Amino acid sequence: MKLSEVKEILKAEVVAGEEHLGRTVVAGVGSDLMSDLLTGPTADAVLLTGLNNVQVVKTAVVAGIGAVILVRGKRPAPDMVRHAKEQQLPLLTTPFTMFSACGRLFEKGLRGVEKKAVGTGEVKEGLGR
Amino acid sequence: MQSLTKTFRVQPRDFVKAGEASLKIQRLLKDIGFDPTLIRRVAVCAYESEMNVVMYGGEGKILLEVSAEKISVITDDDGPGIEDIEKALQEGYSTAPPEYREMGFGAGMGLPNIKKNADLFEIRSGKGDGTTLVMSFEVRQ
Repeated sequence: MKLSEVKEILKAEVVAGEEHLGRTVVAGVGSDLMSDLLTGPTADAVLLTGLNNVQVVKTAVVAGIGAVILVRGKRPAPDMVRHAKEQQLPLLTTPFTMFSACGRLFEKGLRGVEKKAVGTGEVKEGLGR
Repeated sequence: MQSLTKTFRVQPRDFVKAGEASLKIQRLLKDIGFDPTLIRRVAVCAYESEMNVVMYGGEGKILLEVSAEKISVITDDDGPGIEDIEKALQEGYSTAPPEYREMGFGAGMGLPNIKKNADLFEIRSGKGDGTTLVMSFEVRQ
């Protein structure tokens, strides 16, 4: 899914990295836990988080995350914006809650980064769409 | 390619600079042109170990050694060390105070994740002895 579509679906505002909206994200992650980004196959995924600190940007870059979206309309701290720009990581903010934001993206076809099939048989490792 | 060795200093409790050594390592490996999956594994391990030094360690450094066959990351610090290494390697075990958890860290996944991502992983530590992590990664052509 193109990041520009994600932005539309989440009625999000771009705080940094407007020039990267053509980027494709292959999956979604909703987490406030940095180890979730570092332990899973999260490369090129979009991260939805309520965590609002500069370490989120650094962790996302290390994990190869494609974009970070703050939920509940949170405004990022200035040093978070500066780091995101430096690292060319798109940073957005959406008025939706974590649950609703994830649901909206899922509804439009974006999937998670599950490692194992969980009953349905349709989920494969590191799967995007 | 020519072999390369580089050292990065890591300051305990410096959350402004925390992670920057690993981002530099990631950038350096990207510039050399290694496989993205390999770079991600190295960067994740370097970062987990760097954050450990920042959160729990003492004065530390990360030594990066790169050759055409192998990438090594050696992180060591002169902090209080790990009393029970076996426990520290268990998923979910953590001694993190609430403020680290509020930052999204301290879930007890760091060392287990390093072990999972590195081809070779060694840990040397003891109470009062600091901690040394040796992580190496084969470069498969």
